[in-house]
Amino acid sequence: MTALQQDYRNAQQVMNRRGFMVGAAGLTFGFSLGLLEAGTPVGNGVAQAATGNGTVMNPWVTIASDGTVAIISPATEMGQGSTTSLPLIIAEELDADWSKVRIVPAPPIEAIYGNPGFYGSMYTAGSATVTGYFKVLRQFGAQVRRVLLDNAARHWSVPVEELTTEPNVVVHLKSGRRMGYGEIAGFASVPEKAPEIAPEHLKQPSRFRLIGKDVMRSELPSKVNGSARYSIDVQVPDMLYGAVLRAPIEGSSPEKVDDAKSRAITGVVKVVKFPFGVGVVAQTPWAAFAAKNALTVTWSRDGKAQGFDSDEAFETYTAVARGTVANPVEIGEKVGDAPGTFDKATTVMEAEYRCDYAYHAQMEPLNALASVSPAGDTAEIWCGTQSQPMAVDATAKALGIPTDKVVLHDMLMGGGFGRRGNRDQEFVVDAVLLSKEVKRPVKVMWTREDDVHNGRFRPLSVHILRAGFDPDGSPIAWHHRYATDNAGKFQDPLKYNGPWKQRDVISIAGADIPSYAIPNRLAEHFPIDTGIRVVALRGIGFVANKFATEVFIDEIAYKRGIDPLAWRLELLKNAPRARKVVESVAAMAKWDRKRDDRGLGLAYIDYSGTSIAGVAEVSVERRTGQIRVSNFWVAIDQGIAVQPDNIIAQTESSVVYGLGLSLTERISIKHGEVQESNFYDYTVMRNRDVPEIHVEVIATDNHPTGVGQMATPLVGPALSNAVAALTGARVRHSPLLPERVLAVMKA
Amino acid sequence: MAVTFSVNGTSVTIDAPAATPLLWVIREQVKLTGTKFGCGAGLCGACMIHIDGERAFSCQVQLSEVSGRSVKTIEGLSGDSSHPVQKAWLAENVPQCGYCQSGQIMSAAALLAKNPKPSRDEIVEHMSTNICRCGTYPRIVRAIQRASREA
Repeated sequence: MTALQQDYRNAQQVMNRRGFMVGAAGLTFGFSLGLLEAGTPVGNGVAQAATGNGTVMNPWVTIASDGTVAIISPATEMGQGSTTSLPLIIAEELDADWSKVRIVPAPPIEAIYGNPGFYGSMYTAGSATVTGYFKVLRQFGAQVRRVLLDNAARHWSVPVEELTTEPNVVVHLKSGRRMGYGEIAGFASVPEKAPEIAPEHLKQPSRFRLIGKDVMRSELPSKVNGSARYSIDVQVPDMLYGAVLRAPIEGSSPEKVDDAKSRAITGVVKVVKFPFGVGVVAQTPWAAFAAKNALTVTWSRDGKAQGFDSDEAFETYTAVARGTVANPVEIGEKVGDAPGTFDKATTVMEAEYRCDYAYHAQMEPLNALASVSPAGDTAEIWCGTQSQPMAVDATAKALGIPTDKVVLHDMLMGGGFGRRGNRDQEFVVDAVLLSKEVKRPVKVMWTREDDVHNGRFRPLSVHILRAGFDPDGSPIAWHHRYATDNAGKFQDPLKYNGPWKQRDVISIAGADIPSYAIPNRLAEHFPIDTGIRVVALRGIGFVANKFATEVFIDEIAYKRGIDPLAWRLELLKNAPRARKVVESVAAMAKWDRKRDDRGLGLAYIDYSGTSIAGVAEVSVERRTGQIRVSNFWVAIDQGIAVQPDNIIAQTESSVVYGLGLSLTERISIKHGEVQESNFYDYTVMRNRDVPEIHVEVIATDNHPTGVGQMATPLVGPALSNAVAALTGARVRHSPLLPERVLAVMKA
Repeated sequence: MAVTFSVNGTSVTIDAPAATPLLWVIREQVKLTGTKFGCGAGLCGACMIHIDGERAFSCQVQLSEVSGRSVKTIEGLSGDSSHPVQKAWLAENVPQCGYCQSGQIMSAAALLAKNPKPSRDEIVEHMSTNICRCGTYPRIVRAIQRASREA
């Protein structure tokens, strides 16, 4: 048993012994101090949280006698920074010296480390991490601080009220005595029951030392010298290399495999037929790739997406959205009585919008390393995943073994964007199955072509928008009907049939327009089972839904002859935070200043509690229809700004991602098969494509909400609105390819 | 075939098929994994290294081509992250997921070695060989400008 396995086992035993409270309505974060007796060597501790001797304060914090404060991070890291931000929240309330904090990845135990704001899952997605954990982590930090204060008070025989803390030190001001956290940890006794911390005893935001001040992300230094470790970098003794040729259409399987050419390649060890494809194992990566490419496979023709064509799909989806083809429907938003109110409307506007499939294109092609024991009864895996328990579960399921026989090494991710959060974690299972076959460790790497062909895409969508107006021109009814592939069902059948209640929450997200003062609103989503592999992609349903609704809002402004900014402020009259970001971004962009040959476009979004507005400044090459973006301004109010510069970085990142989705990125499917292959035909933004990006972070005292993807859905509508402002032509199909711009300009 | 060349100042002899991409030799045989695999087609720049001081896509270079030549990877740029580009990268908080950043840094270092005071346009054009899916481009430009100032 490895040290890590031993730690997992100890952790589980400790949990069983002390018992964590699991409420009927979901998870209650049972806080159980004193999980281990004081002074217990931490090597056997719950979280393997510190080196040397130390005291395990709770499942999140261990303090070593040298003052090192080890803090668990339950999030996985793909560059978004929550691996640093979550421990920082604990450290703030604990008053820890940040330079003495060591961040430790959480073992995959959802009962302790699951996100209370995200189905209790260990699932780093949805920009839900800081917002979901914020409250409980402050409590945990404050409770540990209180235990340290109580111990110091007993030690000095003074009332605890006379004590205070400075970073990593308890201070008795009256006598001038000071004692470091490490020293206290050496003798501290930890109570059975966690101390109560009333909300008023948490730090006042004005006293924050870490929250709101920028610290360097913990893993950053490793990312400038090549030492950062991703799963693709891991090498273990006796390791082989694998590659997998997967069926071009989900659900197809290999009927006939001609592997003669593959086996003839030097270094090829084994060719294995699976229900979903053909795997090869070789002594080198290049032999594995060559052997995969040399396979000739006849595939069964029973995949559901057989014959699917993404161009034709637009017509089918339009028919579904218009209700001329029957399809199940789910409600995205329902306020008042929109259908009934349309009868009373004097005028009605309607428009149709479309979005193509899109690909995540994380820079690290999917890969994993697995080492399955020769008997097939235990496994170690190394992977970058958005959900540690999903990777463990998928491995255990593939081998038919209990989850406690699987040890996960949670590695940095070379990008995630939603691609590594699918329930089946197929990129991990590839390695597990091949390792089992050859009884040696196998690292399976997908090539970029594999990554595109086997991609799991942002759904294709068609949106029909209708708005009804009273005689004064005020909007009284709003109806959004849209059809997409069913992403939620494909991504995570377990959640789909569980907490999601068989609703495609991925595609529904962002269909609502809660801040806009339109009294009667209905959004109806038609999820279609196409057999195409579809999952969440950065910005999830918001990207398509906001493209449709924010362009439509703009079209209404033009129709009514009102300035789009004034129109939005009128619609946002009851939403002060929303008005503030819109007014801020308009000021940043100097909305009222006329430009020669450049147009401005505005978009506003409510995104899971975050208010965000953006303005794009564009020019259009009138001969080709090529859009050139010169500036993009964003104002974002996410409540408390935990790490302000990281919010700016995430917002810049979201804008660049949105530019790609809105300008060039498109997956097309013919005969059920993906047509694109690599960065030459799936073109993402490069340095020269990126405008000046200006971000204003509006910090408020509200609970912090997400920042990791909120700007992505702003970009498409802002660009389309800017093109319309400049040319009068309205592009209603994303991405805004030059030929599409040209077509509407000529119309 | 056995090919001898230098990596970060140390001579290595690698026995592998002549056409093996240098990228995989560096990563799996020399075991310097800072150089990354991104596309295998010279399109993304994650595998960027220096060969005799010139930047090169290591996925597009065959092992036999580097015989007797001098290869530098991110691990050899400095022993202690003290290269002006590395320092500027930290000062501007450039990396996000970080996967492309070895290649970005090697491209940037090659630019400044030739052109210590590049214009903004020169920086943007030179760096457009390297894809960053996290979109750290504005910070990459700022970091190169900083490195140029502070070097």
